[in-house]
Amino acid sequence: MRIGTGFFSGIAIGAIWGFVWMIVIAITFMLVSGAITRPPVGAAALAGAAAGALLTVLVPERRTPGLQIGAVALIMIVLALATFGAPLGLPLSTVPLYQIVAIAAIVGMIWLSTSFCMKAISGGRLSRYHLEVVFIRLMKGLGLVFFTVLVALPFYVMVMTSLKSQQSLIANPLDFSLDFAQGPAGLFRSYIELFSTYHFGTFLANSAIVSVATVIITLFFAVPGAYAVARLRFPGQALLSQSILLIYMVPAIVLVIPLYAAFSQLGLRNTLTGLMIVYPATTIPVALYMLQGYFRGIPSELEEAGLMDGLSRIGVILKITLPLSLPALASVALYVFMIAWNEFLFAFMFLDNVDIFTLSRGVVSLNSSEVPRQHLMAGAVVATIPVLVIFLWFERFLVSGLTAGSVKG
Amino acid sequence: MTEQTDRAGAVAPPDRLGPMARREMGLAYGMLLPTFAIVLAIVLGPLLANFWISFKPVGLGDLRPASLFVNERIRGDLEEPGATATLQYRLRNSSQDKAIHAAGFTDTLPDGLTVTGEPDERCKVTGQVITCFLGDIEARHRETIEVEVTADAAYVANPVKPRDSEAQSSGTSDNILTNFEFTLENFARIFSSSDFWSVLRVTLYYTVFGTAGALIVGLFAAQLLNSAFRGRSVLRGLFLFPYVAPVIAVAFTWIVLLDPFSGTLNSILRQMDVIDGPINFFGQRSVPLNLFGLTIDFPVALSTVIAFEAWRYFPLSFLFILARMQSVSSEMYEAAEIDGATPLQQFWYISLPQLVGILAVLFLLRFIWTFNKFDDIFLLTGGAAGTRTLTVDVYEQAFAVSNLGAGAAVAVVVFVVLLFFSLVFFKYSPKDEG
Repeated sequence: MRIGTGFFSGIAIGAIWGFVWMIVIAITFMLVSGAITRPPVGAAALAGAAAGALLTVLVPERRTPGLQIGAVALIMIVLALATFGAPLGLPLSTVPLYQIVAIAAIVGMIWLSTSFCMKAISGGRLSRYHLEVVFIRLMKGLGLVFFTVLVALPFYVMVMTSLKSQQSLIANPLDFSLDFAQGPAGLFRSYIELFSTYHFGTFLANSAIVSVATVIITLFFAVPGAYAVARLRFPGQALLSQSILLIYMVPAIVLVIPLYAAFSQLGLRNTLTGLMIVYPATTIPVALYMLQGYFRGIPSELEEAGLMDGLSRIGVILKITLPLSLPALASVALYVFMIAWNEFLFAFMFLDNVDIFTLSRGVVSLNSSEVPRQHLMAGAVVATIPVLVIFLWFERFLVSGLTAGSVKG
Repeated sequence: MTEQTDRAGAVAPPDRLGPMARREMGLAYGMLLPTFAIVLAIVLGPLLANFWISFKPVGLGDLRPASLFVNERIRGDLEEPGATATLQYRLRNSSQDKAIHAAGFTDTLPDGLTVTGEPDERCKVTGQVITCFLGDIEARHRETIEVEVTADAAYVANPVKPRDSEAQSSGTSDNILTNFEFTLENFARIFSSSDFWSVLRVTLYYTVFGTAGALIVGLFAAQLLNSAFRGRSVLRGLFLFPYVAPVIAVAFTWIVLLDPFSGTLNSILRQMDVIDGPINFFGQRSVPLNLFGLTIDFPVALSTVIAFEAWRYFPLSFLFILARMQSVSSEMYEAAEIDGATPLQQFWYISLPQLVGILAVLFLLRFIWTFNKFDDIFLLTGGAAGTRTLTVDVYEQAFAVSNLGAGAAVAVVVFVVLLFFSLVFFKYSPKDEG
């Protein structure tokens, strides 16, 4: 077995994974347990490098399960020796249970990642092709870790902050450990307060009313419009089908001053009705554009058969086209619902009375120095959960609808 | 359907629509009419109105029209039949600076009260209805009109407060929004202010780097999830979270996360010995940075806001790029594999050329949307610390400084710049995409 670039890249990759996993898991350990430590990243890198060396010193065929177990053991031993028996930089007696889980995770992940990157790669001199394969495996692995942390960390902080108290967070911003001893009433204190004294029940109802009304109004107008653009022939049809999306490019901030002025004088400004007029107007063009793309895809023979059998146009739409386009309707409805639920600018500008606040407007009103931060985060959670649940429920619909409607013209 | 239309068209003279086609056209216009009406009223109308307002010297306070307030009360006792008292109407122009034209009011007296004395010469009594016409009244004008009334037995037995029938005031005031008084002062003000050009520059930085960031991050994320592995669909759902969650939720989460004192990120960085003191990510305008002997001012708050933009909108580009990549046939990669192309070569020579189209479209869309973006920066920094973009400036001028006209003028600038970018894009973008 000759020693070459494969062996050295094994060492490098082991070291990189040791470094990365130590940081990621040690920080997770700190956030979950509340213990404070300075992660010994150097020791972890050394342990990873040793494992990388052990794995690549043999050709891939001779890396038996025994050798893999040996690699795990090696990581553990090197980590323990290099940190003088404190693998996380802490004496093992503090929060031992969390420490054991964290150390096991670190050792396991270093071994798993390193052996995945070096799978079927020999320790000898590597061709450019194999070097790139190793490089891309490393990049993909690091990318997955990076993106997961990038997305999950803010949401984790959001949820956990809402369950903590301001004092404990200022005392130690890293401590997100939950105190279950205080019981559910203590744990969900912020939420109980939001719903009892900050009218969040009303906000939730207002948001739901406005969003559902927006969806219904939008579909009511967009369905016939999209059908006309997709199926009927009239002068200006081509122009319309291409330019309808331009409406969506008009910035909301340009509309806000005239609408504010007009709605003030019409008495519509400080009302939910005002929002139910503005939201559909901004969503109808998108909905129309997405739906017409889908209607085009329905074979026109089906509709012709309906017309032959004596159905009117409206009958064809109601009995043939709409039942066939239920998935598209669902995805458009969800998309519109999300837009209306998440909308901030008009809700912020129009609504003054607390009893007609939507969630967006309500959460902004929590952003003051008098309201503790955990209330703000609890408000954010309350605003996020419904839309996230709906999204996860219908994710497939939404994803296919979003991409199909807009990518293909 | 198409066949029928063709046949109808064949019968009719070629330059005229057949009855069938004409009916179809009518139906189409009928179906589109409501949409047109709404879009016209809520989008295109305001768009034009914004131009109108931008030439008007109008402040936030001018939206409340001047009106005549009428307050009535009885002076004197009406405890026995035949007793007289004075009915007072106290009038006030609500506006501090606007006159009311053709002002007046009408009131209905309670049954049993009759006007006995000679009323004010501007008032007329018809039965129980008293009408006063005051003509034009000045701003901040106040006066009292008195009428002598006599009560009869029925009224004394069952007295009704005169307030129970409220006086109806009338009159028109000059509405600054609808008159023909124009000014160029709004534009003069925004173009002469020293802030404006820095606002424009910040907007361009934010738009270009925010767009590029979201696109590049999305491209990377799409590469990661292109090949199948266990847990892929879970990760795909997770990666879409920033885009799906409400902007208020994620913006405030970032503020809490990046807080210089109680923020988690600052403590992590300090715990790892990366930084010495806390960084005020959203509050610090710039920090001098020494790069190869060159000192540059690194804009901290602006970069953080751009990072947020990239974080929040990468899911969108990720989704589109992933959908495009999944539609590239695997045969091409197999052929390249046989020819000995390395993975990076495959990406560079096969994947990337296939993605150019969707990347161009996404860049165009995201560029315009990022340029239009208001919520994110407004919630994160409120436009402080060198992050004020044009859209935030619209809000600042119109509602923080209460000068609607100036805000509308900035909005006009937003629209014109947007129009310029759109024209450039549509001129130079590839025609077959989108």
